[in-house]
Amino acid sequence: MAELSASTGPGVMDTRAQYMAMIRRKRMYGGLMLSIFTLLMVSGFILADERNAGGFWDGILNIFDFPSEVVSEAWSKIDLLPGHLVTFFPALVETINIAAVSSLLGAAVGMVLSLLSTRGLARFPRLIPLFRRIMDIMRAIPEIVIALVLIFILGGGPVPAMIAIAFHTAGALGKLFSEVNENADLKPVEGLQSVGASWAQRMWLGVIPQVAPNYLSYALLRFEINIRASAILGFVGAGGIGYELKNAMSWGQGKFDEAAAIFILLFLSIVFFDQLSSHFRNRLTSGGPA
Amino acid sequence: MNTIALKAEADQIFTRKRLTNFGLPAVVLAYLAYIFFAFDIPGLAERARMDNARTLVADSYSYKTHVTRDNRSGAVTVSIEGERKGNYPEGQTPAWVTVNDGTTLIDLGDGHLVNFHADGGMDYTIPDFGLITARPTTGGVETNLDPAAVPDWINLSKNRLAITTGAGRVSVTRNRTEVFRYFPGWELFFFTLDSPFHGRSPLDLAGLALSSDRVEPARSNLSAIVDDFWNNAMWRHGDVAWALFETILMAFLGTMGAAMVALPMAFMAAKNFTPVLTVRFGIRRLFDFVRGVDGLIWTIILSRAFGPGPMTGALAILVTDTGSFGKMFSEALENVDGKQIEGVQSTGAKPLQRYRFGVIPQITPVLLSQVLYYLESNTRSATIIGAITGGGIGLLLTQAIITQKDWEEVTYYIVLVILMVMMMDWLSGLLRRRLIRGDESGH
Repeated sequence: MAELSASTGPGVMDTRAQYMAMIRRKRMYGGLMLSIFTLLMVSGFILADERNAGGFWDGILNIFDFPSEVVSEAWSKIDLLPGHLVTFFPALVETINIAAVSSLLGAAVGMVLSLLSTRGLARFPRLIPLFRRIMDIMRAIPEIVIALVLIFILGGGPVPAMIAIAFHTAGALGKLFSEVNENADLKPVEGLQSVGASWAQRMWLGVIPQVAPNYLSYALLRFEINIRASAILGFVGAGGIGYELKNAMSWGQGKFDEAAAIFILLFLSIVFFDQLSSHFRNRLTSGGPA
Repeated sequence: MNTIALKAEADQIFTRKRLTNFGLPAVVLAYLAYIFFAFDIPGLAERARMDNARTLVADSYSYKTHVTRDNRSGAVTVSIEGERKGNYPEGQTPAWVTVNDGTTLIDLGDGHLVNFHADGGMDYTIPDFGLITARPTTGGVETNLDPAAVPDWINLSKNRLAITTGAGRVSVTRNRTEVFRYFPGWELFFFTLDSPFHGRSPLDLAGLALSSDRVEPARSNLSAIVDDFWNNAMWRHGDVAWALFETILMAFLGTMGAAMVALPMAFMAAKNFTPVLTVRFGIRRLFDFVRGVDGLIWTIILSRAFGPGPMTGALAILVTDTGSFGKMFSEALENVDGKQIEGVQSTGAKPLQRYRFGVIPQITPVLLSQVLYYLESNTRSATIIGAITGGGIGLLLTQAIITQKDWEEVTYYIVLVILMVMMMDWLSGLLRRRLIRGDESGH
């Protein structure tokens, strides 16, 4: 043993030196990355703080002012709360409807786009890059852009929000769906082709039954995201609970009991659909009865 | 007997399948029909303002130049989009407008000619129609037209005459006479009229930038060119670039801040790191609460405390995403392999070292890919949050839309937003591939 280590001594030392150098280099890179990141965070924070109307340190002290104002006002008019909850329930239903319809329409369009842009399944294989770019652009447009432009043309209401969210959803789901499609088994498709099925029939009968659970799982997740999006779009003028919230907020003090009721409705419905969708998604992905 | 039972069972399965296959689309259709009426889609056609749509589309790719005569003072001004920022300087007019002491001749092209007379009247020669004359008076507008027989492209009332032809628009009221001519493109995109570089070709500009003859003696040509472009009063490129940067800043600070806050909390919410049930339960409910309250409400609450600006937006993203990250990270932590931690522990590592060298390397791929994915998605959210709190490109966009006339600017912002999001998408994909080698989710 001693003999062995004595004879290979320089070699080991060499390896050790190289190893240490490598570790040092790695540490240096790691340290460099970390310091660049810290620098970015700190300077970004300072910059954002400077360009903000109110400073961070002033704001953090009175962060609870507004919530406590709302809570105290809602508490003093607690007897009105059930009435408010009933009043704003239709607006909540509208928000959820916007999310549901746009998820449905978006999933339908996304499904077609995804089938058109999956290798091996596409109707026009040459146009795959085109459909992919279309999906990229649909995904990139924030909902608010389409919503605001459509509000100008169609007037306020749920339809601009529905179209805007459906448009974005189609792009986002299209991408996820096409990843699912890539794992689909092509044998049923070939079987259907051999009996003379058209492209639509091959897709509907050969591919969709295979991928439906995954589609549904993604669509449910998207539905949950869309409820939030439709509440936000309401705030900029497209109907639903967001619009009511904006009205209640712009009245300022005196209407905070209504704002509190809307907060409660929104919170409960988001938590409810969050739980519901995660429950169904677990069932779908863990192979339980769908 | 047995076959009959089997057959009955098979029949039942078939019936059930048939029911779902026909029932599900029927439910969806019924729901869509309900929505059709709940959203009042039949009434939409009435409410839709197609004229708004036309202005929007026309404005997004063209601009109009106003030739205006103030009928009280008789002064004629030529300006782009009728804005003071786009005024042609005194004595300098485009080639199609000729000012001759008192009279102004405007050539709208295709034989359409408008003439402002010295005495306040005007005439408009329209090929295939004839000559229209009009004169603003104290009582309104006098014309040679028969009010009973005007074509539908002329709008005539006692106080106003408006003519819309393919070549342009003319409007005469008691106070002012205006002619609008449309041109394709985004005018003054690079330089405004008061800049000496307006109307020069790119080659010309490159030559100027390299030459040492100064157009403005105070500064070099290159700096003057850059400065005039950057501070273009019409398009405000500098402000727009700042706004885009602010939006990305909000997304970056919010996402990274959320990840940094969520990571230690995720340890407290993971079963295998925190055996104390109450702590775990408390942290998890906190994550659920933060996620449930939603970005919209956080944005409102925070903008009350911090005022409008990028910091508010960044904090709103930070708070909301802390919940999402916390949930995902704690799930990832519960799936880590215990052997690696034991291995590190066997070398005598303290708890913090165990986490650093036994746990973090295992969850880094999941963590990074989620953070980068959220960074891209938050760039989009930051646009929306910016519209509510008042910061970044979202604010500029809503302002431009609310004024309802600068649609070319709206188009410009929309194009920039799309490019920005696509760039972040590309960047986050690139980083994911680089940082997480061999990870499937990075493709």
